[in-house]
Amino acid sequence: MADTNTLPGTRRDTPGTTDAPAPTAEHEHVPAVGDEPVPTVVVDGVDIVYRVNGTGAGRGSATAALNRMLRRKKSERAAGVRTVHAVRNVSFTAYRGEAIGLIGTNGSGKSTLLKAVAGLLPVENGRIYTDGQPSLLGVNAALMNDLTGERNVYLGGLAMGMSREQVRERYQEIVDFSGINEKGDFITLPMRTYSSGMAARLRFSIAAAKDHDVLLIDEALATGDRSFQKRSEARIRELRKHAGTVFLVSHNNKSIRDTCDRVLWLERGELRMDGPTDEVLKEYEKFTGGKK
Amino acid sequence: MSQVLDTPPPTDTGTPTATGTPAPAKTTAETPAQLAARHGLTVSGARPSLGAYVRQLWARRHFITAFATAKLTAQYSQAKLGQIWQIANPLLNAAVYYFIFGVLMGTKHGVPDYVPFLVTGVFVWTFTQSSIMAGTRAISGSLGLVRALHFPRASLPVSYCLQQLQQLLFSMAALAVILLAFGVPVTLSWLLIVPALALQFVFNAGVAMVMARIGAKTPDISQLMPFVLRTWMYASGVMFSIDRILANRDLPYAVHLFLEYNPAALYIDLMRFALIDSFEGGQLPHHVWAAAAGWALLAGVGGFIYFWKAEETYGRG
Repeated sequence: MADTNTLPGTRRDTPGTTDAPAPTAEHEHVPAVGDEPVPTVVVDGVDIVYRVNGTGAGRGSATAALNRMLRRKKSERAAGVRTVHAVRNVSFTAYRGEAIGLIGTNGSGKSTLLKAVAGLLPVENGRIYTDGQPSLLGVNAALMNDLTGERNVYLGGLAMGMSREQVRERYQEIVDFSGINEKGDFITLPMRTYSSGMAARLRFSIAAAKDHDVLLIDEALATGDRSFQKRSEARIRELRKHAGTVFLVSHNNKSIRDTCDRVLWLERGELRMDGPTDEVLKEYEKFTGGKK
Repeated sequence: MSQVLDTPPPTDTGTPTATGTPAPAKTTAETPAQLAARHGLTVSGARPSLGAYVRQLWARRHFITAFATAKLTAQYSQAKLGQIWQIANPLLNAAVYYFIFGVLMGTKHGVPDYVPFLVTGVFVWTFTQSSIMAGTRAISGSLGLVRALHFPRASLPVSYCLQQLQQLLFSMAALAVILLAFGVPVTLSWLLIVPALALQFVFNAGVAMVMARIGAKTPDISQLMPFVLRTWMYASGVMFSIDRILANRDLPYAVHLFLEYNPAALYIDLMRFALIDSFEGGQLPHHVWAAAAGWALLAGVGGFIYFWKAEETYGRG
């Protein structure tokens, strides 16, 4: 269905399209205009499917496993593999200067879609084209609880692709931003000794230390105490300025409203709506409100 | 237009996607692929060329070393004695082997300096064994990392092997103590440790990358590997001298070759040759350095290419 359609929700009035038309020769294709928006992410009919092992009938039990081995059925289902169709035929185009919110109820495929845009999850069908390497804001997975905050700053920075010198330069900034040392010298203690709030603050500070072309943020805003939240919102705005395009996944409609000018609404893996923030949020609130 | 309309439930039948309506006039003729091509966008998550991949990996060298060191340090960070365990662990390990083979069983298999011989074998073998085991889980055990950050995935198996190498260096320090305690003299040939370890590291990393790809697709393999590795260990002369076993048997030539040029056996014997002065050059197979380098090259290059071929698929659940 949507394959043939042309760029749903394409916005011609994109604000902040500073870049005037790209290089010359390419213009002949489109007879148009001085400020054609520059696409940064093109998602073209994408399906994403997860395969989960060990979920067949009888699930974990040893006899069931033995049974399956003996039966040797070819189908994936019989082999105890279940597929989860997380994103179904989604298409959209994002332009430079846009901040796009992704909304939808839990399990609707928002985070999965983001990961695919970042090139971290392979797609089953369709294609995702990007300008440069989009990055997911978050380094949680690279950090180790048994190491000191200090070493985690280095490890996280390097994991995000910063050089040693870049991390050294930013180190003090990161620590100050996190506010970990406000109550004493905690940065030299292992992260497992931090309160969950402190750890979240440090993680956010590390993740936000790098500038990105296309930035993908997955519900990273609501961490820490009030003063830290304010600081991180300001930092996100700053990142937005440097980044070409920002995607934000959140359940907090207010932060979507504050940050985004366009919203994609995913439901059960399908793109249900794509348009300006106000309109989509209105429909979404009606939808979620009605269900309660 | 658009896929807005598929889900059955309430609202939105025909809700125009607001801004969508005016758009088509201009772009109807253009598919998303064409649009992307026109603006020079590239496919997200596509596999880079081999050359680009090597460059990316090199650019991540600091991450690779930092990750290895971090893993190593994290290992004992809860212990009271902390990093002392890095060296105490191999020493205790050696003490157990000494107790069983040296004291209880008194087995020497006619090998002079049996305890240094045994402990060298155990440490060097452990390096290969744990590198391969760690490699098998390198991707499947780090899915969180693979799904959160973008980096050349080969960083992971290489980093895990580097961690094992660091671990081995601690073991080597313990080994030096043992050698001196058993009166093995320090000679210039100890310098051969460096090339021997370098070759073994490349070999291990190559095999680890092969196993990482297999393990990423079929995690079950990590259940099987301990058995494969144990069989390999007994065939590699960790506890006995292959040379002597072969000397008084009449085995087919192929078996000879198979046992002698088994890479693990080669690296173990090279290390013994470097460290223990009663272990003579005559006990080594012919062209031993060439064979050791050949294995390293074959596994290193082959493993790297094999791993790279599936680069874009790592992370699929």
